[in-house]
Amino acid sequence: MAKHHVTTTVNREPVELLCDPSATLLDVLRDELGLIGSKEGCGSGDCGACSVLMDGRLVCACLVLAAEATGHEITTIEGIADGNKLHTLQQQFLEDAALQCGICTPGFIVAAKALLDRNPDPTETEVRFWLAGNLCRCTGYDKIVRAVMNAAAKMREEAVHG
Amino acid sequence: MGNEQDALNLVNEQVEYKWVGTRPIRPDGADKVTGRATFGADIDLPGMLTGVVIRSPHAHARIISIDTSAAAALPGVLGIVTGADLPELPNEIAAGGEAPINFRSVSENAIARRKALYDGHAVAAVAATSVEIAHEAAALIKVNYEVLPHVINVLDAMAEDAPVLHDDLITKGLEPAPTKASNIAGKVEFAMGDIEKGFAESDVIIERSYTTEAVHQGYIEPHAVVASVAADGMVNIWCSSQGQFMVREFCAKLLGMDIGRIRVTPAEIGGGFGGKTTVYLEPLAVVLAQKSGRPVRMVMTRGEVMRATGPTSGTHVHVKLGAKRDGTFVAGEMVLKYQAGAYPGSPAFLGGMTGFSCYELPNAKAVCWDVVSNRPKCAAYRAPGAPMASFGVESAIDELAQTLGMDPLELRLKNAAKEGTATIYGPKFLKIGYLETLLAAKAHPHWSAPLGPNQGRGIASGFWFNVGGPSSASVHVNEDGSVSVVTGNPDIGGSRASMAIMAAEVLGMDLSKVKPLIGDTGQIAYSFLTGGSRVTFATGMAVCDAAKDVVRQLRTRAAKMWKVTPEDVEWRDGSAFCTKVEEGKERAPLTLAAIAHGAARTGGPISGNVSINAAGAGPGFGTHICDVEVDPETGATRVIRYTAIQDVGRAIHPSYVEGQLQGGAVQGIGWALNEEYVYDANGRLQNTGFLDYRMPVASDLPMIDTVLVEVPNPGHPYGVRGVGEVPIVPPLAAVANAVSHAVGLRLTSLPISPPKLLAAIDGAKAAG
Amino acid sequence: MNAVEYAKPQSIDDAIRCLTNAPVGARVLAGGTDLLVQLRAGVVRPPLIVDLKGIAELRRIESTADGFRIGAAVAGAELSEHAEFSSQWPGITEAFNLIGSTQIQGRATLGGNLCNGSPAADSVPALIAAGVRCIVVGPSGSREMAVEDVVTAPGKTVLTTGEFISQFLIPARAAHSGDAYLRFIPRTEMDIAVASAGVCLTLNAAGVCTAARVSLGAVAPRALLVAACADALIGSTLDDAAMAKLAAAASAACAPINDKRGTIEFRTKVAGVLARRAVTIAAQRARGN
Repeated sequence: MAKHHVTTTVNREPVELLCDPSATLLDVLRDELGLIGSKEGCGSGDCGACSVLMDGRLVCACLVLAAEATGHEITTIEGIADGNKLHTLQQQFLEDAALQCGICTPGFIVAAKALLDRNPDPTETEVRFWLAGNLCRCTGYDKIVRAVMNAAAKMREEAVHG
Repeated sequence: MGNEQDALNLVNEQVEYKWVGTRPIRPDGADKVTGRATFGADIDLPGMLTGVVIRSPHAHARIISIDTSAAAALPGVLGIVTGADLPELPNEIAAGGEAPINFRSVSENAIARRKALYDGHAVAAVAATSVEIAHEAAALIKVNYEVLPHVINVLDAMAEDAPVLHDDLITKGLEPAPTKASNIAGKVEFAMGDIEKGFAESDVIIERSYTTEAVHQGYIEPHAVVASVAADGMVNIWCSSQGQFMVREFCAKLLGMDIGRIRVTPAEIGGGFGGKTTVYLEPLAVVLAQKSGRPVRMVMTRGEVMRATGPTSGTHVHVKLGAKRDGTFVAGEMVLKYQAGAYPGSPAFLGGMTGFSCYELPNAKAVCWDVVSNRPKCAAYRAPGAPMASFGVESAIDELAQTLGMDPLELRLKNAAKEGTATIYGPKFLKIGYLETLLAAKAHPHWSAPLGPNQGRGIASGFWFNVGGPSSASVHVNEDGSVSVVTGNPDIGGSRASMAIMAAEVLGMDLSKVKPLIGDTGQIAYSFLTGGSRVTFATGMAVCDAAKDVVRQLRTRAAKMWKVTPEDVEWRDGSAFCTKVEEGKERAPLTLAAIAHGAARTGGPISGNVSINAAGAGPGFGTHICDVEVDPETGATRVIRYTAIQDVGRAIHPSYVEGQLQGGAVQGIGWALNEEYVYDANGRLQNTGFLDYRMPVASDLPMIDTVLVEVPNPGHPYGVRGVGEVPIVPPLAAVANAVSHAVGLRLTSLPISPPKLLAAIDGAKAAG
Repeated sequence: MNAVEYAKPQSIDDAIRCLTNAPVGARVLAGGTDLLVQLRAGVVRPPLIVDLKGIAELRRIESTADGFRIGAAVAGAELSEHAEFSSQWPGITEAFNLIGSTQIQGRATLGGNLCNGSPAADSVPALIAAGVRCIVVGPSGSREMAVEDVVTAPGKTVLTTGEFISQFLIPARAAHSGDAYLRFIPRTEMDIAVASAGVCLTLNAAGVCTAARVSLGAVAPRALLVAACADALIGSTLDDAAMAKLAAAASAACAPINDKRGTIEFRTKVAGVLARRAVTIAAQRARGN
């Protein structure tokens, strides 16, 4: 079967690869690029564990063909921190104990980043509806929602004080 | 030795702790927020093959033949396994790591022999060089089935003329033993007092049947395993499970191997809730690795998880509760019929043991039936068996309060179990904190907050034994005075943090210098699995004991350095202090680092290694308050406020304790409102994905308020009680009671899905 | 096993050529939120996937003298971010935005939601109520048709080999008109509609309904345009009697099934409730316009 040639950008680095035309972006991220932070919980876009940003827009990597990534910029959980300096959201998830098993955490952080990039001051309801596509079975969402709200407050503070 | 005395001392002194009760960042956190943590499906070995499972599309079918020849001939296919490749095990209850287990059932559940017993039952597996080839090969494996009549529901399965799953299944617990096979695997009874007399003395009796549907644990990480077999036959397994030692033992039993030839390395586990306390893929992956000589990775799809791994039982629970006019409980009776799935082993008996245990009930009886049907074999799910029984009992209590015109909280307070209360399963309670949870509920602003139209408030309580059992811990002092704490339990929700906190507390040292690690089966002594809310209690106790042993050694080393006796050395705040006063000898305190640095000269490396069989687990009690709003025109129910109160003994890391309460409550809310296994007429599961299984999403919920009541468990050095199981017990009835009050109708069947609720509302209207 | 190929044509003509020359079973890819699920489940294995997102016309939202032209491959999130459109057609916007999660919103398209052929597609009743038409392009030229004429049965459309929808033509909203869409799902998000109703209506100065279109979803093999519902409203002031008549007409139009998502009784009753509630919202909007 003919492999498809993909030229894309992943976490600000140019990437070229050959893949099966029916391979999903998630398959390629995990199996070809070793970016295992995006998880497969369902393979049908219902759990959000594979959430990534495509040109800044939140998508499920399991619902994107790798072939579609050509010419686009992909950001995964591995691209959220600045080197080893955690993003405010990541730090806040730790401080607020917003994870238990941790399997859904990368997806939640990527999804929350997409929200705060658009809306730096979301209400609790806005956070809950934005994150409705990310399933967590451990936490009951309470601490996740709080962490996102607290991170948003810190980021607004940082934005004011530089 | 002084475990109990130490515990009493620590509890009674009400010491101010340096680390216990604080909320540090978890030690494994950074990897989990950056995507670096390695879960089961993330393990990648050179030359690794992909294995996929071929599953029965039939609910009940005889396997006439399996033709693997076409698949085997496909280039890239390097191994195929069928039931014939695994040894036949005796049909007997063998000693397991903890509870007795019928390994023949575990083996047949992992891969069918003779018959496929449910939609999704594994019948073969294939390993190939790519996932595409593996799927192509799977399609080429021809299984010739003779489809048999099937039975899905528990009452149908108990019927005289029901299709029988196992022709050698004779009901246990009946006198005389039946001569004919049936789907009724067993009957167990618990009783105390005189039930007939009790009901005769009752002024009011509430009697109803309650039903719940099978629900899945719903962990987000599908089961995943990598197995590799060396040329000398040594087996390495990497997988996400609730116990590396469980996987080792089960694989050894199922494959007829020595335990010593298997090493299991735990991956990070993406949720389990009891569902990862058995093996499914692991033995198949080992056989495929043996056959192919290559490492094999197998990862379930979500559909496979739903169809073939353990949900918990759907149930039919009949409750009869008798009380005096003043609300004093006099008698209680339960008949519990639980689905086991395709093989015996439902948690009906646990429902019978727990259902009444929140209360002082002089006359009680529970009859528990374990019933097989053509569904996946049930697995443990958080307080296995308890939520369904509790749903019945706590609903009946709510109705009793209505009948008596009493406040449901006051009714519970009046009958609450306390120290000395007898349980239906035997022992009397030692120090427990149920009453304290009720008082906390009464004092909580939620309990007295006003309600709006179409809103209702429910309250319910729950109980779980909590368990101890075998655990091991090693505490190693590194050359610079930092410390490694190695245990044998997968960290499913932050237990590394608790282990580190307890070790740092005992050692009096800086928490940041304590590194908790989870050993593989070759690196740490046996530890029973992560489950039953046992890890912070039992493994935590092992860590405390190991750390205490290290303190003892540190005092000995300091004594050597000072040339005094260990009795002259006191350990305080991470340093040794010499208490012996000698003229002209100034002995400055020796820090842990200083002693560690000099360890080579005082006897070599310092480490404490402890294995225990922890006893003294403290029972846990919780009380939940739930407010709902019902749309009377659509039957939609929204949970608008929720408070979970629990006696947690002592919260080592309160944030993760709160998280257990919140997560358990929300799983219970899902169970009460929307989650259920839906089968079609052919016995095929209809909702195999998250789309239609409908677990709660973030927008369905309010914040889950928590109150941690701390009545320390005298059986643990820091007063720990297990906390993970209890929170899923009260929500079913708390939600159902709230809905019942909102609509003025008693709801007895879960889930209270919109079609069901709307039909009830409209039915009541039509009946006038 | 058939090989899958991927093509991303840059023009409508190229796409038609691709599809016309392809082996049987080629599939169009817009947002992919249905197609990729089917691929993954092994339900389909098309020899060719034709990605339409390279075609500029299909990716544009244009404001025209007659209303709006919306490319069939515009994602839901893009439409809701279009302030002018979403203020004029809040019902369509809301319907489109109810499809799945935020993640799905970033991908799912109007064209895909329609052509997937699900009776429960959220955007379809809203489009039908608003009187939206679409342009179908194909090897024998292009044709225009009403949205309600596209789907014939679950998973089936009138489109023939080589054909796809390029654009949707949404009329300019008439004065004193408003639209609304409501659906029922067991949770607050992520579910497929169990029943749904789209409404577009016009009120005169006296508050009398002069025009109305009511469409129901998930209660029949395809989304319905229910004339009896419109008749119940037109000429009334949307008083209680008219609303009761509307709800009864909606329920009467239902021909649903029992399945894992709902019962016949439930869908039939709730369709009436939703129609009534959607009319109330649409009327509020009409009064404000």
